[in-house]
Parts: sequence; structure tokens; C-alpha cells
Amino acid sequence: MFSYCSDPSQLEGLVWLSCYLTTGTHMLFYASFGTVLLLLAITAPLALLLGYGGAMASRSGFAPLRWLGKTYTSMVRGIPDILFFLFVPIALDQAFEWVRHQVLCDSSQPVRQGNDFVVCAAAKLPLNSAADWVHNAYGLFLAIIAFSVVFGAFAANVLYGAMQAVPRAQLETAEAYGMNPRQVTRRVLVPQMWVYALPGLSNLWMILIKATPLLFILGVEDIVYWARELGGSKTSAFAYPHPDWRLYYFLALLVFYLLMTAISERVLGRVTARLSRGQATLGGEAQRKAVPA
Amino acid sequence: MSCLQTIQDYGLRAIGYGERILPREGYDLCQQFTLIGSGLIWNLYFAVLALSIGFFIATAVALAKASGNPWLRQPADWFIFLFRGSPLFIQFFIAYEALVLLPRAGIDILGITVQTSWLTRAWAGALIVLILNTAAYSANIFHGALMAVPRGDVEAADAYGMTGWTRFRRVIWPSMLRLAWPSYTNEAIFLFHATTLVFFSGFPAFQQQGDALYYARFFADRTFNPFVAYPIAAAYFIAATLALIWAFGRVNRRLNRHLPGAAKRIRYRPLLLR
Repeated sequence: MFSYCSDPSQLEGLVWLSCYLTTGTHMLFYASFGTVLLLLAITAPLALLLGYGGAMASRSGFAPLRWLGKTYTSMVRGIPDILFFLFVPIALDQAFEWVRHQVLCDSSQPVRQGNDFVVCAAAKLPLNSAADWVHNAYGLFLAIIAFSVVFGAFAANVLYGAMQAVPRAQLETAEAYGMNPRQVTRRVLVPQMWVYALPGLSNLWMILIKATPLLFILGVEDIVYWARELGGSKTSAFAYPHPDWRLYYFLALLVFYLLMTAISERVLGRVTARLSRGQATLGGEAQRKAVPA
Repeated sequence: MSCLQTIQDYGLRAIGYGERILPREGYDLCQQFTLIGSGLIWNLYFAVLALSIGFFIATAVALAKASGNPWLRQPADWFIFLFRGSPLFIQFFIAYEALVLLPRAGIDILGITVQTSWLTRAWAGALIVLILNTAAYSANIFHGALMAVPRGDVEAADAYGMTGWTRFRRVIWPSMLRLAWPSYTNEAIFLFHATTLVFFSGFPAFQQQGDALYYARFFADRTFNPFVAYPIAAAYFIAATLALIWAFGRVNRRLNRHLPGAAKRIRYRPLLLR
């Protein structure tokens, strides 16, 4: 990085540290914080969408759709989320490869042979010849799907509860005005449910932040992976030898997460205050009274 | 090999009894059910001990947080912030790395050598992390409930001449528990599910003695088939979660027994709390 870093063995103290912290692998470590933020940025809206779908399906008048919605919303209640994080990526991967196997290869060969899962080379995902970054991106893609599915189920729980919490009278009034079910949903139910959903969704966001290190279990090169790689003791064969520093790297991750959650808490507090404005709830009432007449 | 034989060999494999080597072939349903079920012992061990010890620490921390003395309140606030604000996964790693740094030979305290190597093992190290973690989350719940104890209850206790410990034990504490119980049930379920993280984080599984999910992954890796082992583990967890909800529901009924009609069934609504 810096010009004086060309011979690390001659460096001392802070200069050494400034060179050490700007090596190529450390840059990858810093970039992996971006991976975490990317995961959050993609997963949150996707999960909200899935959750909305799940909640609407649970309220549906069409029984099979309702059962599907109910199953989806209740699946996270009794089963640890880590189980889904392990299950969904490998299940999806096998599903994709199976489909490609049926289309691209001689599909007379069974996919499961004994304890092996065999597809022809052309059906592999990603292809064996693919570049390294494609493998990483595919892993991250599967991880994002897994996170979205699990947190979508959580969000469906929250949104379903919020929809149930909107006062019946509001919906009945809308019906009395001659709105059809679709209009009732769009004009009355959805605008009013957010204030009831927000405490649950804020909590969900916190849980999502705290679930991001699980990317490591999924084999994504995330911040935990790099903290372990970089922190492990380095012998004098390396340019920057040092003893086992993993504890310090993990303490840095701890600070990162504490900052993330502390900032989120502040922002979400503001959003709650904004959404309570003008609502027929205790929070809204308190705001109305606080404003000097 | 008959199923009975498999159960004899692997029924207690997770705690070190029976066959030493994990199965290398077959991987039939009987093997998977037995081994994953034996792994569940670890999940129950962690959950039961962490909850029962964490409960008392949580009560103490909640009281400290509610106290007027800043020397008690500040540390309680920081404790709760630290453990609630960071992922359990990272906490496991930090605890493991910190415990590994302890001197291997043990620490001399007043001439007595205290062994430390057992602390790096999952049964002790991970248990400590889980205890502190659930203590922080529960303390937050208990503090909220403590603030919501009806003033009339406390005034009635005062009118009876109760003070200090008696007033706390006979009036404030039962009311606090009654109000906190539905949320505490949620927390207990979350903690139970979080025990699956132990063997996927810093703590290695000693002699391949792992929890239910550890063995489920073992089978999924060996058979390349996630559609058998993981649903088996899921079924075990659903059953255990239902049992937990039932047990906490019983306690809830008892806590509310003086309030006719108040002891509603606990509806498990995840996430509104943790």
C-alpha cells in the first residue's frame, strides 16, 4: 500500500502496523464487511416481500393457499433457523442441478446413486471451469436465498399479527363504503398495519443483523472467515509474522456489531415515532398531546 | 445390523458411551434417528442448565438495572447492551479464543492450582456463554416486567407492613414473573434453538460428540442427501419445542392462578421480543 512497506522485516511499531493493516488480504477483509452489508440490503426487502406474501396467503379465502401460508409462517416456530441455513442452500443447489441434469444431460441416469449425488459435468453449478469469483458469488446467492426464506417466514409472522391487529371496525367501515376486498386491503388494511408491525419488524432487523455471521457456516468468505484467517498465528515464513491474534480480530467484529445494533436502534426509534404520528394508538396520542396547541 | 443393536451402539454416542467410531456405511433411517436423537441430549443439557442458572442471574441483573444506584445500574446496562447487541455466534468465538489463552498448566491461587483446560471444552465454555447470553436477554424482559408491576400490589404489601426481602419475595417477584412469563417463554425457545450453534462456532466437538444438528450435518455430508437427516432433526426440535411450551404453559397457569380467566394460553409469537 505505502511505499515504505516494501520490506516489512525492517519496520517497527506503528509503521509496521500501518503496513500490516493495509496488506492485500486485509483489503479483502475490509471488503467482506461490504458482503455483510450487501446481504442485509438484499435480504431485508426480499424477506419483507416473502413475509407479505406469506401473511396474505395465511389470510386467503382459498384453503390450499391458506394452508401453504400457515405452514410457511409456522415453520420457523419449532425449528432452529440454523437448520434452515444448512438445509436450504444444499437443497436448492441439488434442485437446480437436478433440473439442469434433466434438460442438459442423458436423463436416463439416476441422479442419486447410492450415497452420491451425480450429475453430468454440463449440469454442474457453477461449472467446474468457472472462475473463482463465480463460485463465491453462487455461494453468496444461495446464502441470500436461505436468509430470505427464513426471515421471510419470521416477517410473515409479524405481518400476519399486524394485519390481525388492525381494528375490525376500520375494515367494516371500508366495506360499508362499498369497497371491494382488494380496495379494503390496499387503502385501509396495509396503510394501518405498519404501526402494529413496526416493533416486530424492528426486532427482526436486529435479529437479521445478528444472524449475518452465520454466513461463515454457509462457506461464504465473510468477516468471520477473514478474522479467523488473518488472526491465526503466522510463522516467520509470512511477511508479517505474529502470534495468535484471533481474539483481537473477533473483538473488532464485536465492536462492529455493537455499533450496527446501536445505530439501528436509534434509527428505528425515530421511524417508530414518525409512523405513530396521527395513529389511534397510545404512542400517537402521546405525540398529539405533546404538541403545544 | 438390527435397529436394536444400532440403538445400543449409538443411543448415547453423543455423551461418549457405546461405539467409538461413527457409522461408516448404511446410513439407514434407524442410524440417523438414533444418532441425531442422541445429539439432542446436548441441546437439552445446554438449554436446561443455561435457563435455570441464567434465570437467577437475570433476576439479579434486572434488579440492578432498576436500582437507583448508578454503580449497580450502569454495569447492568452495559452487560445487557454487550450481550444483546452482539451476535451469539461472535460471542462463542470470543469466549473460545479468550479461554484458550488461559495458561495450560492452570492458575495458582493461594497455592492451589486451578485447572483451566476444561473451560475450553464446549460443555463448560459454551455453557458459560449461553448462561450470560440468556441472562442478558431475560434481564431485559424482567426489567420491563418489573416496571409494569401494578402500583397497587406494592402499596398493598406496604399496608401489610412488608418490607425489603419479604416484600420482594412475596409480592414483587411473583408479579414480575407473571407479567414476564409469556415473553420469557419466547426467550426460552430462542435459547433452546440457539444451542444448535455451539458446535458450529469456535468450540470443537470433542471426539465427535456433538449435538443433534452436528450429526444431522454429518449424515447430510456423507449421503449428499439433505432431505432425510435435516427433517429428522427438525422433527426432534419441533417435539422438544412443544414440550417446552407445554411446561412453560403449566408454570404460567400457576403464576396466574389467583386471577380468574387471566391464565390464557401462551401464544408463541416469535421475534416480537428477542
